[in-house]
Amino acid sequence: MSQINRIDGGLIDREKVLNFTFNGQILKGYEGDTLASALLANNKHLIGRSFKYHRPRGIVTAGSEEPNAIMEIGNGAYKEPNTRATVTQLYNGLEANSQNHRGPLSFDFMAITDFLSPLLGAGFYYKTFMWPKAFWEKFYEPAIRKSAGLGTLSTETDPDTYDKGFRHCDILIIGAGASGLSAALSAAESGAKIILADEDFLMGGRLNSETNEIDGLAGSEWAKKTVAKLSAMENVTLMSDTTVFGAYDHGIYGAIENRASEAREDNDKPRQVNWRIYTKRTILCAGATERLIAFGNNDRPGIMLASAVRAYLNRFSVVPGQRISVYTNNDDGWKTAKDLNAKGFRVVAVIDSRSISPVMRVPGAEICMGTDVIDTKGRRALKSIQLSNGKTIETDTLAVSGGWNPNLHFTCHHRGIPKWNEEIASFVPDSAPPVGMSVAGRAKGTMVLADAIIEGHNQGSSVALELGYKASESKPATTSVVAYNISAHWGVPSGKNRAWVDFQNDVTVKDIKLANQEGFKSVEHVKRYTTLGMATDQGKTANVLAIGIMAESMGQTMEDTGTTIFRPPYVPVAIGAFAGRRRGMEFYPTRYTPSHDWSAEQNAVFVEVGMWYRSQWFPLPGETHWRQSVDREVRQTRSSVGICDVTTLGKIDIKGEDVSEFLNKVYANAFAKVPVGKTRYGLMLREDGIAMDDGTTARLSENHFVMTTTTANAVSVYRHLQFCHQCLWPDLDVHMISVTEQYAQYAVAGPNSRKLLEKIVDPECDISNEAFPYMAAGEITVCGGVPARLFRISFSGELAYEIAVPTRYGDSLMRVLMEAGEEFSVIPYGTEALGVMRIEKGHAAGPELNGQTSAYDLGMGGMISGKKDFIGYTLGLREELQRDDRMQMVGFKPVNPNDLLLAGSHLLGLRDKATTENDQGWISSCIYSPILGHYIGIGFIKSGHSRKGENVRAVDLVRGNDVEVEICSPHFFDPEGERLRV
Amino acid sequence: MIIDHPLLGPRDSEEFVYLGSTDLIDRPTNWESSAAAEDFHQYQYIRENIAGDIQELWYHEQGDQSWLVVTRNTLTHEISNVELAEDFSRAKGRGK
Repeated sequence: MSQINRIDGGLIDREKVLNFTFNGQILKGYEGDTLASALLANNKHLIGRSFKYHRPRGIVTAGSEEPNAIMEIGNGAYKEPNTRATVTQLYNGLEANSQNHRGPLSFDFMAITDFLSPLLGAGFYYKTFMWPKAFWEKFYEPAIRKSAGLGTLSTETDPDTYDKGFRHCDILIIGAGASGLSAALSAAESGAKIILADEDFLMGGRLNSETNEIDGLAGSEWAKKTVAKLSAMENVTLMSDTTVFGAYDHGIYGAIENRASEAREDNDKPRQVNWRIYTKRTILCAGATERLIAFGNNDRPGIMLASAVRAYLNRFSVVPGQRISVYTNNDDGWKTAKDLNAKGFRVVAVIDSRSISPVMRVPGAEICMGTDVIDTKGRRALKSIQLSNGKTIETDTLAVSGGWNPNLHFTCHHRGIPKWNEEIASFVPDSAPPVGMSVAGRAKGTMVLADAIIEGHNQGSSVALELGYKASESKPATTSVVAYNISAHWGVPSGKNRAWVDFQNDVTVKDIKLANQEGFKSVEHVKRYTTLGMATDQGKTANVLAIGIMAESMGQTMEDTGTTIFRPPYVPVAIGAFAGRRRGMEFYPTRYTPSHDWSAEQNAVFVEVGMWYRSQWFPLPGETHWRQSVDREVRQTRSSVGICDVTTLGKIDIKGEDVSEFLNKVYANAFAKVPVGKTRYGLMLREDGIAMDDGTTARLSENHFVMTTTTANAVSVYRHLQFCHQCLWPDLDVHMISVTEQYAQYAVAGPNSRKLLEKIVDPECDISNEAFPYMAAGEITVCGGVPARLFRISFSGELAYEIAVPTRYGDSLMRVLMEAGEEFSVIPYGTEALGVMRIEKGHAAGPELNGQTSAYDLGMGGMISGKKDFIGYTLGLREELQRDDRMQMVGFKPVNPNDLLLAGSHLLGLRDKATTENDQGWISSCIYSPILGHYIGIGFIKSGHSRKGENVRAVDLVRGNDVEVEICSPHFFDPEGERLRV
Repeated sequence: MIIDHPLLGPRDSEEFVYLGSTDLIDRPTNWESSAAAEDFHQYQYIRENIAGDIQELWYHEQGDQSWLVVTRNTLTHEISNVELAEDFSRAKGRGK
């Protein structure tokens, strides 16, 4: 029968019937239901199995604190595990499945663990599975992992969209219950810019679940009216279904907004938005969470929080059972009996642990004062409870109230420590809340509704006043005063029966006591040993109860026991929400050079270099292996001419009267006297003497220089130069700006490079060897007036130039060069050929500038100037950095020219075993040289500079390569550099 | 965190790159002296680990590229002062 537990009234829309499934069964609910309320309406009490013992479990709460009713929602890639049914708004077509059971939910094969529970106490896995040692990884751990745990991941890519958003306000109000709405209203009336955020899709907090009257209206009506009033105000942003999850520094709050219903209509819309809210002040009105009492078998389906029973009854018009009893240690629990009576339901019994007179009359109910529930019966649903007075009461639902815990979490996110309040038997906010945060209502421990409303109202108006807005003139709403009395009561002696504290992680009173006995006295240690409060609900219903039990067991006060530290996030947040839209190709920006499209037209194979896409090689038809393309590109460049896009190199334009002096301080080699029209190679060190970056810097005019850096360090070198200028030498007349993206730059290399360039350089610019010799630099024009910068520098070792034009001309310049070069059979070459030629020349690059190598190690010790102070000079002189037995950069070639040589190989003596002790160094860069016809490598070996001619072995155990190599100079090709200068 | 940039107003710390203590501004100038090795060692490696207000260098990389000196309390993260590193450095006697 459909919705047999549904009754009249409530805040649901009966016109809108929604179909959903639970474990394949088709059920109905209404718009305004949560998944939990719809399940209860259909009399589904058994909704899952517990984490460790696979105990049958039912819905306990009606909010985000739910420990049991966590489910897998959706299927396939859309499946989301561990979703709390109590906060999942019902929608048409929702598919829910219970988790953590093998076989059907009603008969879980893993329930055997419940009978083995004496073996599975706190820390059991530290004790039970110790031997034999090898069994842990192969057997015990996989077995435990399989049997424990919660939902399962789809393991497919999450098809949903997530987004990030930023909002600013004067006052953020967290929680739209009675005090939050009151605070929002008075603050908004003052004119302050307000954000009111609430985790529920329906604002109003407990007012929607209780039967209070405010200003003569039903509480939920007053809430609705107030929300309507607020939403009409321009200075108010209402964010329902938005859970604030963390308080961060300087008034920044993280909040997750659920927009699932919108996303289901249109998958491009975000399912969740991760908001960053910047606020001047915050008023925390997050209310309170009810807690349980630990008694024997208190975890059976049908045992719920008393406040949850009222929420289902009043808000969702669902009566969870036919024979309901109440067990409480405070006045609030009695409200459940009252509300049931008001709806025409008889209450079977009210059991109050306090020896006082009954709080109210409950017609037809058995009233047991000074009495406890000590045990319960009913495996898959509650059947009866046993009382300390010897009576057994048949009941199918037990509404339990152990008192209320203020939701003070955010007051502790900056390490504030709550204090114990005996009057309400709970922790309340105390010292060091995040700067700018105040607390009102039950979150502060103000348990009486009438007072909470006044407190919210007053804070809203006083915080606005402090921010310079005028005080609100309105009065707080009024309601009758209902006292809240409680007498702390944590656990009931339950003999052999287990009494649960943390339902989600299956922690019992015994586990806590055992941990205490074994010496875990600190609440933080007990937490970690027993896993208490470490599940997805973060122990919202469990923690204070556990502290009470610890305090009792150890004979100390609540204050001495203390709480664990509260940290963000307040509720679980999907990783996808933190990533937002930065997934896949959007993870970081993609940078294309101006001639990217041209390269793509040539079928270039691209490689990611940081964020850049660079052409790796340009395969021609018929070339089936990358080596064919790369070898051809190298040969053609060395024999005629090739063009390589080097736009990605960092370019820094530097102007000012003191640039020479500045460069002299940041480069290790001499830079004070670079003539106008010349380029110089420069090596930059870190202050500790280790090589940082290298490049060339050209002097275009007296006070104008342009520096290049490696692609990888473009950003960090610029940052470093700014540091050197602003922090170390602020009065040097130096002005710099990164122009990496402002210029397209191409290397034109090979014996025919000059002939090619002469075809496009405007006739008035003389680039002959005499007028424009090796290392010349200058501003020229090309193609009839296009401004360009020309540098006669060479990474390939050939007669070569680099030509730079403003970015907008980059694509055309590439096309013009290729056309002009046709008569020389010009080819484009990629980063692989570039790498081959630089290794043939023995130039150090990224693999050699690895953050461990000094200029001496790199063979550049001779360049270092001893006549000036520069970054890295003094510390670079340290003995340790100049020792002769350091790893020094040299070349390597296989003794047998047919042998394969691999980068990453370790270097060993000829007869040494391949052990760490015998390791002498490594090959850092390695390629096949098409010019030399064999593999060559550069790398580091102990005392390398003085060992040239010696043979060693290059061993790569991973790829199974072991070859004899000769240590040689890294300058394999044209070591005298004659080809550069022609 | 929010850093109140002296020229641009309050900015999210996401826009900045952190370097370290303003000790890095006090680069020794005695590179020719026999004490240079020790002084540079102190400058490069030795830092106080202060529980309280510290001055540190932040770089507004996603902004105007100025280096800032931020006075931050390591216990509370309260930022009590932000100034341009250039001014700070000059005030400490650095010039050319």
